[in-house]
Amino acid sequence: MKTPVLIAVVLTFALLAFGLYQAFVVAPTEQTMGDVQRIFYYHVPSAWTAFLLFFVNFFASIWYLFRRGSVSDAIAVTTAEVGVVFCTIVLITGPIWARPVWGIWWTWDARLTSTLLLWLIYISYLILRRFSTGGQTPVLAAALAVFGFADVPFVYLSIRYFRTQHPQPVIGGGGSLHPAMWHAVLWNWLAFSALAALLCWFRYQLERKQKDVEETIALESMLEGSPR
Amino acid sequence: MSTAAMQESQKSEDFEKAVVQTPARGEPKVLWATLAKDLRLEWRSKDAINSMIFFALLVVVVFSFAFDPNGQESRQIAGGLIWVAFLFAAVVALNQTWARELRNQVLDAYRVSTAAANDLFLAKVLGNFLFVTVLELVMTPIFVVFYNLRVLGAWYLLPVIGVLGTWALVVNGTFFAAISLRTRSREVMLPLILFPISIPALMGMVEATKIILTGESSVKFWIVLLAVYDLVFTIVCLSLFETVLNAE
Repeated sequence: MKTPVLIAVVLTFALLAFGLYQAFVVAPTEQTMGDVQRIFYYHVPSAWTAFLLFFVNFFASIWYLFRRGSVSDAIAVTTAEVGVVFCTIVLITGPIWARPVWGIWWTWDARLTSTLLLWLIYISYLILRRFSTGGQTPVLAAALAVFGFADVPFVYLSIRYFRTQHPQPVIGGGGSLHPAMWHAVLWNWLAFSALAALLCWFRYQLERKQKDVEETIALESMLEGSPR
Repeated sequence: MSTAAMQESQKSEDFEKAVVQTPARGEPKVLWATLAKDLRLEWRSKDAINSMIFFALLVVVVFSFAFDPNGQESRQIAGGLIWVAFLFAAVVALNQTWARELRNQVLDAYRVSTAAANDLFLAKVLGNFLFVTVLELVMTPIFVVFYNLRVLGAWYLLPVIGVLGTWALVVNGTFFAAISLRTRSREVMLPLILFPISIPALMGMVEATKIILTGESSVKFWIVLLAVYDLVFTIVCLSLFETVLNAE
């Protein structure tokens, strides 16, 4: 591992440790919910990180459609995969919190359902990438990403028309949060974003190397096949 | 040569003329020639429509065993059942959309011809729209009889929802069929990518139908949602189809 990457790894783990300390020691215990509320410091930063990654995926896909290039496609696949991982964390931590607080694991509320649908769309994106053959994968995947992105407002609007149960969003929702809680959320968000960036970096390198290997194999078989 | 065979070769020449020889961009000839060809093929074989209708019938029968509804309940769930049946049945037709163009490399011929890709796409969408509409016209009376339905709301809005909902399904479905054509196990692939994207539209159709059947509240929100959905995704499809057709 090269030195800058090593430093990034160490920094990320230090940030994660500090985030853990903020969430479990510094942040005060919530009055009505008790300690179970602390899962919030992982739930919300994961959600922000996942949405950010899906956003990057959309722009990388658009970029690919306009200017073909292996870089934008590698970014698209990387952010989609890591985004699905973080979105999965959101969907797992949510019910763990909801069971003691709401008394149910799951409800078909606007925010829950739209997150689940977003997750489904990106799973289908990854399945398409896995199943499509040959060099056309990036184009097909980029087209599907555009569809997925165009779908998000409709998903949100249609489901919002039903009753909503989820707590108001932290930003712009009108809720009040203790400053120490704010610190814990923001530190964890920073830590999770750093972790996501690190994972993306490794996945990106892997994707590029995979492409190199494929190209080398294709080149070799072409040279073998041609008459000397 | 018999008269029928002569007519036959005349028709295929017409098609060839329209698609291969008159390459003018944006000319609706390609659209109508392709649509007429697809309708003629379907009229002779009736492959898509037969399998669709039988499939939808099976879904309706299986659902009636699974839920065993009475009059009041069936009004609540009928919207969901009928649209899910149409969605499943539509996938049968959508899967066949492009498959027949693979024989004799017809799709490759389209790609090298200068005919506008969107004409081809719109012809396929219109064809599927007609097939699914026929399916709906046949299945709706059967459904009403099986589930003892009586409409309590504004019945005249049902065709509006039918048209908007069907367009939402076939415009995306035709596009995704062109995508799944390029994948391994393409018949499985289409529902996997189509269903997640279609969920908001499906919700619109189901809720609007339910509201009309029960006559409970206003259906305006869902009709506007479906109309905007149709508009947005038709634009997305038309702007990306050429890229997907020429992907390699």
